[in-house]
Amino acid sequence: MSYIEAENLVKTYGKGEAEVSAIRGISFGIESGEFVSMMGESGAGKSTLLSIMGAMNAPTTGSYKVDDINIYNLNTEQQADFRREFLGFVFQSFHLVSYLTVVENVMLPLTTIKMSKKEKRSMAEKALSWVGLTGKENRLPSQISGGEKERVAVARAIVNEPPVLLADEPTGNLDTKTSTEIMDLLQGLNEKGMTIIMVTHSSDCAKYARRMMQVSDGCLVQ
Amino acid sequence: MTLKEIAFRNLLRRKGKAGFVLAGLIIGVSTVVAIISFVEAMTDDINHKLEKYGANILIVPKTEALTLSYGGLSLGGISFDMRELQEKELFRVNSIRNSKNIAAVGPLVLGVLNINSRKILLAGIDFSVSNILKPWWQMEGSIPDENGIVLGSEAARILNLEPGNKVSLNGRNLNISGVLRPTGSQDDQLAFTRLKTAQSILRKEGRVSMAEVAALCKDCPIEEMVKQISDALPEAKVMAIQQVVKGRMESLAQFKKFSIGILMVVLLVGGLVVLVTMSSSVRERTEEIGILRAIGFRKRHVIKIVFLEAGILSSIAGITGYFLGWGVTHVVFRFFSESGSVHTPFNPELAGMALLLAIFIGIAASAYPATMAARLDPNDALRAL
Repeated sequence: MSYIEAENLVKTYGKGEAEVSAIRGISFGIESGEFVSMMGESGAGKSTLLSIMGAMNAPTTGSYKVDDINIYNLNTEQQADFRREFLGFVFQSFHLVSYLTVVENVMLPLTTIKMSKKEKRSMAEKALSWVGLTGKENRLPSQISGGEKERVAVARAIVNEPPVLLADEPTGNLDTKTSTEIMDLLQGLNEKGMTIIMVTHSSDCAKYARRMMQVSDGCLVQ
Repeated sequence: MTLKEIAFRNLLRRKGKAGFVLAGLIIGVSTVVAIISFVEAMTDDINHKLEKYGANILIVPKTEALTLSYGGLSLGGISFDMRELQEKELFRVNSIRNSKNIAAVGPLVLGVLNINSRKILLAGIDFSVSNILKPWWQMEGSIPDENGIVLGSEAARILNLEPGNKVSLNGRNLNISGVLRPTGSQDDQLAFTRLKTAQSILRKEGRVSMAEVAALCKDCPIEEMVKQISDALPEAKVMAIQQVVKGRMESLAQFKKFSIGILMVVLLVGGLVVLVTMSSSVRERTEEIGILRAIGFRKRHVIKIVFLEAGILSSIAGITGYFLGWGVTHVVFRFFSESGSVHTPFNPELAGMALLLAIFIGIAASAYPATMAARLDPNDALRAL
């Protein structure tokens, strides 16, 4: 049994004539420590699949397990705990909290964990150091570049050292040089043992992954 | 990073909205404080003025016989042939539960005597409490000593006597120390002397015909005071002077009803301001809430952030609102009070109540926005994922 196990996932939106199938019976397994890229044209269903893997979008039918935990058998609060403990998210549009500084944004996933403020800050600074943002801790998101925002997003995703990182178009808003830097970071994380699942349009980025999944019209084609 | 810090930082970021909530709550709380302070100050003022009305409870011996009109009031059962009260029994009045509300107890002994061949009603009273029981008295001359007597204005005119003259009562010579200015009451017809002197002249040592009580009790009905005194003096009949009591109660009750009506409207408006503003704030923060939910914040963490924001604003509004309301009342009374006798001291209970009220309104009105925030689907909120 794989570390991540998806079994016949189906996701439909709407009812009756308005029903739209986003995912049409996808099954796959991902081993711990794998780096998987997920490609496909717009509307293929890859973002829906990623949101299902993020414990934020229950499939209409099928099961999804991580470390043998059936995620959608958990209640919403347990799913929140699962996201905090198992998952790190990197979003295409960064999704940083604008009124918090860089280090505070990175500390966000630690907010609800019982730990001293000093320890939290130390962990956040370590994550920022790893993504190369030492010295910019006290800047606001509006005071840093797009590439730096993505690095902050990566630092926030890894600050509590989750076993799985979900990245949605992590280089979608970045230039080539910065994209390469971000992909190097993700590769470094994978080398340290983190399981990474990345949605991307870029074949250059997809090459960093050890395995590629091709999604088309709601189905896994490769 | 803590939930408290997130709430605080968000308030600082959204100063306009925070200010709007704050203004709504401050206006609501300060209005409540101002009205309550106003009502309390007016109540105190009315009670203070009522002291000038003198006695409002009468203690007379139980009787089935005659009635006597005194001071324009209908009193039950005073007869010169009936048994009187024992003076020492009146001390029991001071042992009732609400004894602290008794301003004065004035024993009074009555008897009919002849002065210059004319019958006159002699009243022996305790002059040490006459300023409380009969504050309307104005006297030409001085308070009598044990050999002195004061005449009512009509009595002095009819008997053609004035301060410095002497009179003989039952063989005892007394100096007229003063004459009362007209009061418009039956006091104008009477002669007053010290209680002991009158008891001696009338041969009623240790006995009194009745007693007047000045009682103030803004927190308990006068009927309760009457009942307590009745229980202490089972051999006496105790009566409240109803017109004074009812007048006071009615005016206060009307005032309070009016105030409660205004308070309800003000609090409702304040609550609506908080509700609308907090709901709008939550809608603006959909993405932020989505991020928090996506990275593992539970619903209750999101609710707590919204409540913390409301709590911080409400606490500031409660404290500011109290002092603003208190200040407004102070200024209003300072400029508009005729007598300047109305006081509005710092009231820690009201300040505490204002704080709790503000927090209650803030939290209650934020309950819906907080639930709305917690129910946000992180996937819908972020969309991008």
